[in-house]
Amino acid sequence: MYNFEFEQPSTVAEAVAALADEDAQALGGGQTLIPTLKQRLASPSKLVSLAGIAEMKGVSIADGVLTIGGGATHAEVAADACAPLAALAANIGDPAVRNRGTIGGSLANNDPAACYPSAMLALNATIVTNAREIAADDYFQGMFETALDEGEIITGVRINVPDGANYQKFEQPASRFALVGVFVAKTAEGVRVGVTGASEEGAFRWTEAEAALNGSFSADAVPAAPSADGMISDLHGTAAYRAHLVAVLTKRAVAAIG
Amino acid sequence: MPKDSGIGASPKRREDVRFLTGNGNYTDDINVHGQAYVHFLRADVAHATINGLDTSAAEAMPGVVKIFTGDDFAEVGGIPCGWGVTDRHGEPQQEPKHPIIAHGKIRHVGEIVAAVVADSLEQARDAAEAIELDLSDLPAVVNMKSAAEDGATKVHDDLTSNVCYDWVFGNGEDDAMEAAFASAAHVTTLELVNNRLVANPMEPRVAIGEHNKSNDEYTLYTTSQNPHVIRLLMCAFVLGLPEHKVRVVAPDVGGGFGSKIFHYAEEAFCTHAAKACGRAVKWSSTRSEAFISDAHGRDHLTTIDLALDADNNFTALRTRTHANMGAYLSTFSTSVPTYLHGTLMAGNYKTPLIQVNVKSLFTNTVPVDAYRGAGRPEATYSIERVIDKAARELGVDPIALRRQNFVTEFPYETPVALTYDTGDYHGTMDKLEAAADISGFAARRAESEAKGKLRGLGVNCYIEACGIAPSNVVGMLGARAGLYDAATVRVNATGSISVFVGAHSHGQGHETAFPQVVAEMIGIDESMIDIVHGDTGRVPFGMGTYGSRSIAVCGSAMVRATEKIIAKAKKIAAHLLEASDADIELKDGVFTVAGTEKSIDWGSVTLTAYVPANYPLDELEPGLEETAFYDPANFTYPAGAYACEVEIDPETGKVTVERFAAADDFGNIINPMIVDGQVHGGIGQGIGQALLENCVYDEDGQLLSASYMDYAMPRADDVPFYAVDHSSQTPCTHNPLGVKGCGEAGAIGSPPAVVNAVIDALQSGGHDITHIDMPVSPSRVWAAMNG
Ligand SMILES: Cc1cc2nc3c(=O)[nH]c(=O)nc-3n(C[C@H](O)[C@H](O)[C@H](O)COP(=O)(O)OP(=O)(O)OC[C@H]3O[C@@H](n4cnc5c(N)ncnc54)[C@H](O)[C@@H]3O)c2cc1C
Repeated sequence: MYNFEFEQPSTVAEAVAALADEDAQALGGGQTLIPTLKQRLASPSKLVSLAGIAEMKGVSIADGVLTIGGGATHAEVAADACAPLAALAANIGDPAVRNRGTIGGSLANNDPAACYPSAMLALNATIVTNAREIAADDYFQGMFETALDEGEIITGVRINVPDGANYQKFEQPASRFALVGVFVAKTAEGVRVGVTGASEEGAFRWTEAEAALNGSFSADAVPAAPSADGMISDLHGTAAYRAHLVAVLTKRAVAAIG
Repeated sequence: MPKDSGIGASPKRREDVRFLTGNGNYTDDINVHGQAYVHFLRADVAHATINGLDTSAAEAMPGVVKIFTGDDFAEVGGIPCGWGVTDRHGEPQQEPKHPIIAHGKIRHVGEIVAAVVADSLEQARDAAEAIELDLSDLPAVVNMKSAAEDGATKVHDDLTSNVCYDWVFGNGEDDAMEAAFASAAHVTTLELVNNRLVANPMEPRVAIGEHNKSNDEYTLYTTSQNPHVIRLLMCAFVLGLPEHKVRVVAPDVGGGFGSKIFHYAEEAFCTHAAKACGRAVKWSSTRSEAFISDAHGRDHLTTIDLALDADNNFTALRTRTHANMGAYLSTFSTSVPTYLHGTLMAGNYKTPLIQVNVKSLFTNTVPVDAYRGAGRPEATYSIERVIDKAARELGVDPIALRRQNFVTEFPYETPVALTYDTGDYHGTMDKLEAAADISGFAARRAESEAKGKLRGLGVNCYIEACGIAPSNVVGMLGARAGLYDAATVRVNATGSISVFVGAHSHGQGHETAFPQVVAEMIGIDESMIDIVHGDTGRVPFGMGTYGSRSIAVCGSAMVRATEKIIAKAKKIAAHLLEASDADIELKDGVFTVAGTEKSIDWGSVTLTAYVPANYPLDELEPGLEETAFYDPANFTYPAGAYACEVEIDPETGKVTVERFAAADDFGNIINPMIVDGQVHGGIGQGIGQALLENCVYDEDGQLLSASYMDYAMPRADDVPFYAVDHSSQTPCTHNPLGVKGCGEAGAIGSPPAVVNAVIDALQSGGHDITHIDMPVSPSRVWAAMNG
């Protein structure tokens, strides 16, 4: 690690001000950022911890709307969110990761194998920041790329509780992140299918499957695997294998919703 | 009735109390007053010429004590290789210098290029970033087959090629082999990969060098499985120090699996630097460093051919293997694919003709050396996979084919230079069939199929050779170290005992098991006995722990020393009881004159040894301390049969191990619970190799699986509960305890069982698949099913 300044503000406004410094960086649960710092792969001049900001905490459901603070940990989401999202959070990493890592940190990082992005896309979530509200469809912009501006903080996420939803994660054997993860949701706007882990472009919506499932919501209606072009190929799976898993997991999610 | 103490009892492991409560004393827990820290600048390219290395800016950085480069070690020796293999033409192996710090050339990612010693670790890292390196990249030699080709880029310019040796072994001359294969009724051929692994002990390596200016003595604290061997190699071959001036301490060590046998550059560096810097120097490996600096394991490419006659008897076996040495020869690297692999190619079978050919190659990768099983897993995997394939080709039951070819008469001289002293392979297979409930498999398969899953059963046998010995024979084969062990039994005046052993415990439970033996022999409580290990300043010269040798070799030395103690104690008792020592019996810690009521207890005798007021001083020295060195007459030969049941999800290709049974013949057993644990851990590692673990380089020599994000370690939920049976016991005929060793069996015996089960499952689903290389990942299974 290189030396850095450390601040722990108690309001979003203070955090935004602290992040205005050049090379300042937000610190959520540190589950991605701290290992990066230890390997000296990043050298922020200042870390601004979001952990002391009360207004970014909490998970609540009211009038069919699920609100999750940007600083809510995976463990808190697992305990208090609606079932499909809670199940997703409960299977991220290990207890240490879940008790520290936050949904805001995960969404800001947008790892191509992270679980939440698929859910956000499928649930048509709204990403709330200190400056604006961003629809999930506009938020994810490719591997590790998001719509966030420099210094912008995810303060929360808002989701209309779906009629039915399910997340299927096929674990990469080493990291146990998603080799492929598929989140299927029946929303007011129709069926939405979010896919993570598979594409070189990051999380995406499998619109072909959505169209088929809007016609008939059954595992049999799920189309053949999407094209392997642009899918990730690495030690753990070829592009063709990942494309195949997208279809298999979509079927399983649909069958689980029933 | 199970015993509650002594040999055969299962007292809980006493060392676990300190390990589980955070009170272990690991090398990293040791801090020497005034110590400095070293950070190694490691190569991030696989192959390059070092044109220049400018440390001037780094030297001016805050806290820097001294910076070392290859120039500083140009005059000292390289890290020696402990085994000289003679090739098929009678030529010695090619043996390049293995420098402490790269000199002139970089030969693998992770090689030390410079060492920065500073007041703090962060300062050392900061300064290392200021070192300016001028490199010219060279093409990396990664693939073994291309490394072997004429005209390939050479890893070492001063060698004739990348071939370390081309070795042929066995009784099968070329003509005889040709004839046997030509006349065979059936020949089965298999090409397979024994995947490269990273040992990954829980504790990364640590070294602390200390130098005492008042007496010029050095102490090296290090994470080692064999401190005396490290001292000898480092003093005699690398640094040229007198051994009596160097103490090597390996305290609690958090797992080794072979990777902590070898003498590493960091150990010699810290020892040397302590004097050069005038301060103790400490290095603690990060996990990332461990991936690129701990010796790797396995990495064989093998073609194996099995010839059978019309009655399905094995008539000849031939293997051709490429074995990876990495960039340099690590301590035991050259022996692993040869004398620890070729000698095991008979397996449990009476194949009359065997020929083994191994070509070991230099590549621009981390050195490869022994990893749990060392050579024997590679042999077992090849043999047991080809037999399984033969059974499937011939449409015969794989167990029946094995049974038909078992060695049944002992001693048995194999065509590959070993003499198996005892064994009962049919008996052990009977135990396996029961433990695995093989007769219930069909019903379990039907259940899996009803869920849409494929289910397979894989069975295999293994034999291994433990307690490598005797020293004169292995010396003739090229070993440059003795393979005896030593123990000193020191009885204190009040009767408690310290046993100083050359073996080293790094997870095996010696502190519990060894006292059980001495307690049994004397008849006193185990709590009166402790063992001391891991410190050349305290224990006699021993060879350490690897190759499942501790109880078979060091335990035998301990028995011999204890016998001497008992003989002397009887003389003292005889004196006190006014009888002849031939009439003295020792039972339950009491000496009795045979046939009388006259007796005296252990404590009175030991006290007399040290307070010899009433003592035959003219005939007997006072005191009660004895040492024995023990050089075994032969290897020991644990053998067993393993069965694995897997389920495969045909949609994703994911394999899950549903059941695993092991029947082992370890001869006599000291502590059955510890043996169970050793087998459990070994099977876990074997399942890891079969399904998960893979150390992969890209074509530029970059390690792709360089962290736990990509290197898949087995976890608790990857393995089932095991059924382990070691009631099949044919005691070793040549050591005093009749023990064989159990440390590696699980890792040796399990990979073929898993892969055999996978193939069985796939074939049951109508897939014409005869082999999938390890690790049998979901992606590979799916590709095979859809290829
Ligand atoms: C062993 C392990 C296993 C894991 N397994 C999984 C898994 O299976 N699935 C999965 O999805 N993830 C997994 N993760 C990742 C985990 O979910 C992390 O917690 C997450 O990626 C980052 O969250 P964090 O709060 O720790 O963020 P940090 O590490 O603190 O920060 C990550 C990045 O986000 C920025 N940031 C943090 N909070 C905010 C915010 N509120 N607004 C704007 N920017 C912010 C930081 O500046 C930084 O750039 C795993 C991690 C580990 C260590």
